[in-house]
Amino acid sequence: MSAQLLLEVADDELILGWRNSEWTGIAPMLEEDVAFSSIAQNEIGHARALYELAARELGTTADELAFDRPPDEYRCSKLVQLRLVPDWARTIARHVVYERADQVRLEALKASDDLEIAGLAAKIDREEAYHRMHAQMWAERLAEEPHFTAALAQLEPLVGVRDEHVPEFGELWEEMTEVRRSVAGATW
Amino acid sequence: MVTADQVWEALAEIPDPEIPVISLVDLGVIRSVDVSGNQVQVEFTPTFLGCPALEVMHDAMTERIAALGAEPDVRVITDDSWSTDRITPEGREKLRGSGFAPPAPRTNDGVQLVQLQSNAFRCPYCGSRDTALENIFGPTPCRSVRYCRSCRQPFEQFKTI
Repeated sequence: MSAQLLLEVADDELILGWRNSEWTGIAPMLEEDVAFSSIAQNEIGHARALYELAARELGTTADELAFDRPPDEYRCSKLVQLRLVPDWARTIARHVVYERADQVRLEALKASDDLEIAGLAAKIDREEAYHRMHAQMWAERLAEEPHFTAALAQLEPLVGVRDEHVPEFGELWEEMTEVRRSVAGATW
Repeated sequence: MVTADQVWEALAEIPDPEIPVISLVDLGVIRSVDVSGNQVQVEFTPTFLGCPALEVMHDAMTERIAALGAEPDVRVITDDSWSTDRITPEGREKLRGSGFAPPAPRTNDGVQLVQLQSNAFRCPYCGSRDTALENIFGPTPCRSVRYCRSCRQPFEQFKTI
């Protein structure tokens, strides 16, 4: 398994975690405030563990991979780059699309010949099971909502797009790397 | 010279930073203790990868082992070896005693939404199974929130992992 593939997954999880955390404090109900904050925390935890594996292969550190690369080197999917606050239905649509794709990817990683990657993927998958159940619950609730179904159709094709960056990704990068860029030696 | 048993005893005194009623040993996160001369190597697994208590646990173990006069080497292992099935029977009782419903045993096909929405979970206060899922997520990644219709008490349910 190349470090480049690990970086794709790690970048997805980091950026989605960041986007999910944008709902903290402003979700449409308290339960979802808690849910999205918790999911964000998990995704960023996954990103850290994945960056650590990639860092060992590349001879660097997780912090450098997460925060010291220029924005155009991030390999995250266009799906996770989008800033969707304050559109709840689109956020849920992204959640559904992402978790579905992530499940397929995790199954493949769990079958990896590299036992460290397979083990980490299996651990991540135990947590992602709860993200999938949360997505499923909301997908059932919004199934008849045209705004939600239109968003699903619109977002689905973006999941595999990795060589484009939307303008708001640059803004996220600025914000995310600000501490690292302004305080020398700041760590995760 | 320190023995592995002494190390296990010392680690059994460290409370979980977020649920202090149970110890790290009760939680089953310590996978191995290896003593070689004056060096003590401990391998432990996070419950959840994003658990903010990870560093606190790491530092607490390092301190306790150093206090025994040994050289600690505490390692975080991110493989798939931890499951909530590793929480000890004592740990489960301690959880229940303080209002946390212990995790249900893990089945082969993992956890399903229909199971969470069923009444398979007991209220830790009154023992009733008439409980409902309020939120899959809770105050920490490892907990869900449920409500007991029988004694009208919300409670936290340790997620099955």
